[in-house]
Amino acid sequence: MTAVSRTRRNRPADNRPRWNGNTIAALAILIVLLFPLYWMVNIALQSDRSLAGTTWLPTAPTWAHFSTALSTEGGSLLTSLTVALGAVVVCLALAAPAAYGLAQFKLRGTRVVVFGTLITQMVPGIVIANALYGAYVDLHLVNSYLGLIFADASLGLPFSIVLLRAFMVSIPAEVVEASLVDGANRFVAFVRIVLPMSRNALITAGLFTFLFSWSDFMFALTLNTTDNVKPITVGIYEFVGAHVSDWGAVMATAVMAAVPAAVLLVMAQKYVAAGITGGSIK
Amino acid sequence: MSSTQNVAVSAPVSDGTRSRPSRAQGRRSALRWCFIAPAVGYMLAFFGYPLVRNVVMSFQHYTPSTFFDGRAPFNGLANWRAVFSNPLFTDSLWHTLVFTLGSLLGQFTLGLALAVFFSRRFRLSGVVRAVLLLPWLVPMVVSAVVWRKLLDPATGVLNTLLMDVHLIGSPLPWLSSPNAALASAVLVNIWIGIPFNMVILYGGLQEIPTDLHEAAALDGAGVWRTFRSVTFPLLRPVVTVVLVLGFMSTLKILDLILALTNGGPADSTQTLGTVSYQLSFLQLDFGQGAVVGNVLILISAVFAVLYLRANRADFGPER
Repeated sequence: MTAVSRTRRNRPADNRPRWNGNTIAALAILIVLLFPLYWMVNIALQSDRSLAGTTWLPTAPTWAHFSTALSTEGGSLLTSLTVALGAVVVCLALAAPAAYGLAQFKLRGTRVVVFGTLITQMVPGIVIANALYGAYVDLHLVNSYLGLIFADASLGLPFSIVLLRAFMVSIPAEVVEASLVDGANRFVAFVRIVLPMSRNALITAGLFTFLFSWSDFMFALTLNTTDNVKPITVGIYEFVGAHVSDWGAVMATAVMAAVPAAVLLVMAQKYVAAGITGGSIK
Repeated sequence: MSSTQNVAVSAPVSDGTRSRPSRAQGRRSALRWCFIAPAVGYMLAFFGYPLVRNVVMSFQHYTPSTFFDGRAPFNGLANWRAVFSNPLFTDSLWHTLVFTLGSLLGQFTLGLALAVFFSRRFRLSGVVRAVLLLPWLVPMVVSAVVWRKLLDPATGVLNTLLMDVHLIGSPLPWLSSPNAALASAVLVNIWIGIPFNMVILYGGLQEIPTDLHEAAALDGAGVWRTFRSVTFPLLRPVVTVVLVLGFMSTLKILDLILALTNGGPADSTQTLGTVSYQLSFLQLDFGQGAVVGNVLILISAVFAVLYLRANRADFGPER
């Protein structure tokens, strides 16, 4: 986190960096690296008339593919949204108090828990899915929203704990102590004081958990055997299997599945940068 | 970053029995555990339990009817023998290593080059750097599907492009030839991973004081020399974290390959992840799937040790 804030340079206004060769080179890099995503949008906007020759620019854009995609995959988009929001709630409800406890309470065993949290990152998803499936069958959680929400929360929880804890160690204990003296119990103090102070870190953790869950494919694929709960990632996967000829609609679906990432990048740029550096290094 | 332990103490205020924990203290510590316990319980259920369960499952005989009648008798080492004598396992182990190391090499090299480049001061640097994150933020399945179209031999734009500039004479079978498919999957994963490497390495570069570079320049060191002798050694802790995190996350990639090639053609892109998935969820032999999963964990564990070493400084307030 510090890495990011420190790069926010406050230079005098007259000393702004100039356009030069570097800027041109940077734009060239941008064009090359983002070309696949541009091409996705481009195909989605062009009609199928000329199958062999997709033109470089969508000169006559059509929304036909999007309406096809929406009519077949609209439900999956809603499912993804529901599951991802649910996962964010579960994840933050678990991570925020835990991060606070690990940052401030100095309990015996803190070290072990933090160690364990870090180590979860090495557990492959397929191993989790493999064992979870059997357990979910017994608990009647296969093909349920609740089951997928809880599984997806695991994608964001270790990250969120690490990120929030890194932030919460810097909250002065006196702030909380003061309210305890006023008679609030520790939990009330946590809700009224610690959570508002940690707003930015909570937003970052929430955004990333949302994105992890939205992108989840493995749990969605393995913990569902019917179409009852079918997020957009599985929707696209099946779509590609069934309609490889209808690339326009596939790409339109892909565009819609990519929208949250793009929105996130535009709306919450500073949180994204903070999340990537904070979650992995700290 | 973690040197702030001094703020954590809400020291015993009222009672004078400092050395011996009193009942009140015990109660308070129990109450405090209530903050941590739910998350710990959850992690035990969703990470701990699967780890243990996979080991047990690898010694059990699962059949398609197991989930109806609940019968999965223990069968000793049969699953392990079956998996290890399956040529697909050896192939997929090899593919996994090629895929992981190839991806890391490409992601890291290009990510570092971009990080160094963006450390220069120029207009739009910040904006471009931010937008470059997009490939990493987009769901992997989406990227896989997009690349499947880009690499399509007949209608893919990459072949069209390369033929237009006469780099190739005939369309390349990117994903349709067993010889090329794994390399193509690496290519796609490099594209996905560049932003992550770039951002973290960029962050690391910003932490290096600029006067060190100036000093090196005054001593007559060239750009490359400065980078090799000053920048890179100082960047080393960040490099370790990037590589180890990258290794662990690349090793377990499944969605990219399933959506890009589904393990084919002719099993040429099967990895440990896809083999485990297919054994468990398509052939419903969860015992053999668990064996492959355990091998995956074992490989991961070796690198987890490296990761924890790199993170040594941040295990918590104790000690």
